Amino acid sequence: MKKDDQKLLKALLDGELPDESGRFGIFGGQYAPETLMPALKKLEKNIKIFLNDKAFQEELMSELNSWAGRPTALTYASQLSKKWGVEVFLKREDMTHTGAHKINNALGQAMLAKKLGVKRIVAETGAGQHGVACAAACARVGLPCTIYMGAIDIERQAPNVDRMKQLGTEVISVLSGDQTLRAAIDEAFRDWVSDPENTHYILGSVVGPHPFPYLVREMQSIIGKEARRQMLEIDQRLPDAVFACVGGGSNAIGLFHAFLGDLEVELFGIEAGGTSNDLGENAATLASGKPGILHGTYSMLLHDDDGLIQETHSVSAGLDYPGVGPEHAFLQSINRVQYTSAKDDEALELLREVCENEGILPAIESSHAFVEAKKWANENTGKRVLIGLSGRGDKDMPTLSKLMNK
Amino acid sequence: MIGGKYIEEKIRAPKEPGPAIVPFITAGYPNTKDFKQTLYEISKKADVIEIGVPFSDPMADGVTIQRSSHMAIENGVTLTWIFNQLNEINLDTPIVLMSYLNPLYVFGMEELVDASLESGVDGFIVPDLPIEESKELNQRLTEAGLALIQLVTPATPKDRIEMISDQSRGFIYAVTVKGVTGGEGALSADVTEYLKQVQEISKIPVCAGFGIREKSDVEMIADYVDGIIVGSAIVETIEQGNSPTEFLDRLKN
Ligand SMILES: Cc1ncc(COP(=O)(O)O)c(C=O)c1O
Repeated sequence: MKKDDQKLLKALLDGELPDESGRFGIFGGQYAPETLMPALKKLEKNIKIFLNDKAFQEELMSELNSWAGRPTALTYASQLSKKWGVEVFLKREDMTHTGAHKINNALGQAMLAKKLGVKRIVAETGAGQHGVACAAACARVGLPCTIYMGAIDIERQAPNVDRMKQLGTEVISVLSGDQTLRAAIDEAFRDWVSDPENTHYILGSVVGPHPFPYLVREMQSIIGKEARRQMLEIDQRLPDAVFACVGGGSNAIGLFHAFLGDLEVELFGIEAGGTSNDLGENAATLASGKPGILHGTYSMLLHDDDGLIQETHSVSAGLDYPGVGPEHAFLQSINRVQYTSAKDDEALELLREVCENEGILPAIESSHAFVEAKKWANENTGKRVLIGLSGRGDKDMPTLSKLMNK
Repeated sequence: MIGGKYIEEKIRAPKEPGPAIVPFITAGYPNTKDFKQTLYEISKKADVIEIGVPFSDPMADGVTIQRSSHMAIENGVTLTWIFNQLNEINLDTPIVLMSYLNPLYVFGMEELVDASLESGVDGFIVPDLPIEESKELNQRLTEAGLALIQLVTPATPKDRIEMISDQSRGFIYAVTVKGVTGGEGALSADVTEYLKQVQEISKIPVCAGFGIREKSDVEMIADYVDGIIVGSAIVETIEQGNSPTEFLDRLKN
């Protein structure tokens, strides 16, 4: 890393970023409709209070442990280690209640919303994992919940739709726009705009206007804190490289944060490479996007020469998003994290390899991280890798069944 | 005269008695070939014309403008196309572009000012650009005499209305409802209180918009504003093949 980049990293680690205007370097900000500005400011103020409040932190930690199943295991993947010639460790967010890292954020924000005295929750969901997590967390804290989900995602993640309904949540099918995660976020914002005082929007990833990228990161950073501690407990050795999939980027930022200051640890974020590198056939925002503004934040973005947002494609609903969290754009710009992509078929192949060798069914999203880890292992025999297993693949059975029966 | 001053003057002295009329149409919707003709037609009644630049993710818009925006994109409408069309006509009415930030950002701030001056665009409304983020664009537009029209809403606290009104040019866009454009419901009773407050604070004209559909809406707020903005209702009129000028006529008469 260059000197200037190291300075910026230090500012981030010292808590100086996001700055007053909600920026990580040039990325981030608050590009929201005026109707939402008072609500965003109020949220900003309350985050400062509650994230520093010992009683709230203890209450949250108690719920994370006793209800959500933390701390999650760190698993030594013995078969994969043998096959790949490196030590492979898995951070098992698939073992949380509701089956993905999304619960860390959903629970934290639902508890925060309860403190703020709002009357209802709205949220978007792509893979349905964030939706299920919100539905469960809202039932737990006692708030009604409405989830927006793209019509295409409703079909490919059907098991999660019924789970949300079972948990007492209203699921609204989004037929506008691209009918996936991006349109669901548009629709959730529209709902929030209609009653910002009494509604809290639980954004599911480190995207959106400030303070969401910061808030969601704080809720997810427990993943990396635990993983780093667990690694050190084994033999006082950190991993040589850490891998996580990136949709909006919440599980990745959560896993990376504790390791950002360990400059000897290489960090890799893996986006959805879809079917090809051509525009429209993937969701590899950091690899092939340009800066732009979507959903309230200035970040890397897949858009055309007229500034229209591009359709994306990924076999995994959770990575099928044309934007990415501003903090990732920042970490890329200072060369602290490397971002690559994995193709649909590569991810599905690794999903099977993990199933067969370790008896774990990862989400298709998480499987993207394994693709890059395997490639890296090939050139780094004897090293140690840590992979963020962000969620379990039960929700992907409709897609997987179709492929199996082909 | 151009820009903020021109807009202000036209709002203060409308073509017909009563509040100034500011219709919104999505550029190139339902088709591209009638766009210039529609502008000519509307300019007979309109005091300022607001042209919607279509965007793929119109976060602050309801179903009607989502639909028109989507179709306009399908029709190949872009910011460049809009500037080219405006270069070919000469209206006696100020033109304001309403656009989400990303198409403007990609076009380039300097290019935006040049193209506006050349094609007779007087100002911009950017629904996802609150005052916290609008410094650069506002400065560039102001230097060129062009207007960045800022929005206030019923959720905006008084001290914030003051800040926004100081920075707005041309007029202040007072959003009448919480929510997105095109709402079906009637305006709420306390909307007049809110508009009165904005009017008291603002040194420039106040135009109210979002959810204004018919004459009764106009009558309800006419005494508290300098102008009214109609969007979804006129887009629907054009969609159905009816005359936008007759629709605008019925708003006041
Ligand atoms: C299991 C899993 N992993 C990853 C993601 C991607 O989200 P993020 O990049 O915010 O972690 C999702 C999103 O739904 C998910 O369900």
